[in-house]
Amino acid sequence: MSALFDGFWALLGLKVLVSLLVILNVALVIIFAELKISAHMQSRVGPYFAGGRYGWAQPIADGIKFIQKEDLVPRDADRPVFKLAPMVVLAGTVAVFVIVPFSPTLVVRNLDLGVFYALAAGSIATVGVLMAGWSSANKYSLMGGLRAAAQLIAYELPLVLAVVGVVIHAGTLSMSGIVEAQAEPFFHLGETAIHLPYLFQGQVIGFGIFFIAMLAELSRTPFDMPIAESELVMGYLTEYSGIRFTMFFLGEYAGMFAMSAIASSLFLGGYYFPGLDSATFGPIVLMAKVGLLVFVMIWFRWTFPRFREDQLQSFAWRWMVPLSLVNIAVTATFKVVF
Amino acid sequence: MTPRTMPGSGLAKGLWLTLRTLFSKTATIHYPLEKEVPVARARGVIALDADACTVCMLCARDCPDWCIYIEGHKEMQPPAKEGGRPRSRATLDRFDIDYALCMYCGICVEVCPFDALFWSPDYEYSETSITSLLHDQERLGAWLETVPDPPALES
Repeated sequence: MSALFDGFWALLGLKVLVSLLVILNVALVIIFAELKISAHMQSRVGPYFAGGRYGWAQPIADGIKFIQKEDLVPRDADRPVFKLAPMVVLAGTVAVFVIVPFSPTLVVRNLDLGVFYALAAGSIATVGVLMAGWSSANKYSLMGGLRAAAQLIAYELPLVLAVVGVVIHAGTLSMSGIVEAQAEPFFHLGETAIHLPYLFQGQVIGFGIFFIAMLAELSRTPFDMPIAESELVMGYLTEYSGIRFTMFFLGEYAGMFAMSAIASSLFLGGYYFPGLDSATFGPIVLMAKVGLLVFVMIWFRWTFPRFREDQLQSFAWRWMVPLSLVNIAVTATFKVVF
Repeated sequence: MTPRTMPGSGLAKGLWLTLRTLFSKTATIHYPLEKEVPVARARGVIALDADACTVCMLCARDCPDWCIYIEGHKEMQPPAKEGGRPRSRATLDRFDIDYALCMYCGICVEVCPFDALFWSPDYEYSETSITSLLHDQERLGAWLETVPDPPALES
């Protein structure tokens, strides 16, 4: 067995397989959480019968149903692009997990340019969305795709700029490095060392901007204009059915997981929690933090209405970008002065 | 002019409301496992007291959906007194209500001059075939058991 795992390709294949399994399972769990939490927030019960108890098998049943559906391609659609788009979205989302550290050793690849890579890979999904909107030969899809492109470009900027504050603090672009920097004691109160994640080391505004931009990047409510049901049928998803729709759907929830994992690592201390051994409890701690962020995202979705397109743009350019720039300036100043 | 509130307090209010609802009990009744108890006057199904029916056809004629089918014939009754004239009496051959058509307006119940039709709050008679929703005289008579007693008269 060990001879098999010595090979680079065998190890790569194993890593890909394990990551895909984890991501898809977590995506299913998040879908189920969304179904249940949204239901209870509306005083409903949600899935109840599937799987025997609490409807736990509902997302699996949904997936099986989607796979059975006919894979429709509109007559006028740009066939290859139309068929490729969901794969691009899913692949771009999954690629982000390469640099997410689940524990000091449990990481697919600890890149020195981790943060840069994550933000770059995360933006590939945008191309997929634009491809889907363009190739569908449908005005609603095109509108949705264009809205998505405009929104994602507008919010990519504050997202990156919000991260810069953390990078200045940590002095590294590596995700593991950033997490380890947060594990260092922030200051000493007498004998006891006080460990604080970057959220409490003055990156509150940075985290706020990152979280809002993250919601926009994921097209989650209140930033779900690209698939605004009341205006655009289903936006760029309008013409998709069957397995390709499922890929978009999974991509959305895997994206929630990915972005939450990055946000947890950058701002909330990642796999580190004071008093818990990172090597053993690391993955659990990270998943707890991810779960918290995912819950907040679901909570927002079922509470807030959707922005108008112009409100969204002016919010991004007039508030988020200047605020994140100020955040960088202040962080840099403090870093230099202290 | 409304008093100025803190910006974003509306957002917090909304979040608080959804969070509170999340942890409060749901209003759902898990139907097949637990049953809703409808109020006594609920319009669930129409019951027929065939003995009271005189085949006057008022209900069938007033039904907006024409979902009541009535057939009857006359039978001669022996005279009540010796040497009297034999009486004719209408007997019911068929009384069907098609619940696939019925819109539960209750006009038939209102219009019946002999109190042969009643509302029952029972509602569990869904079928897998639409033709099975045609309830015949026997089935309509069986619903009579589920009819609640009328409220007591005011003294």
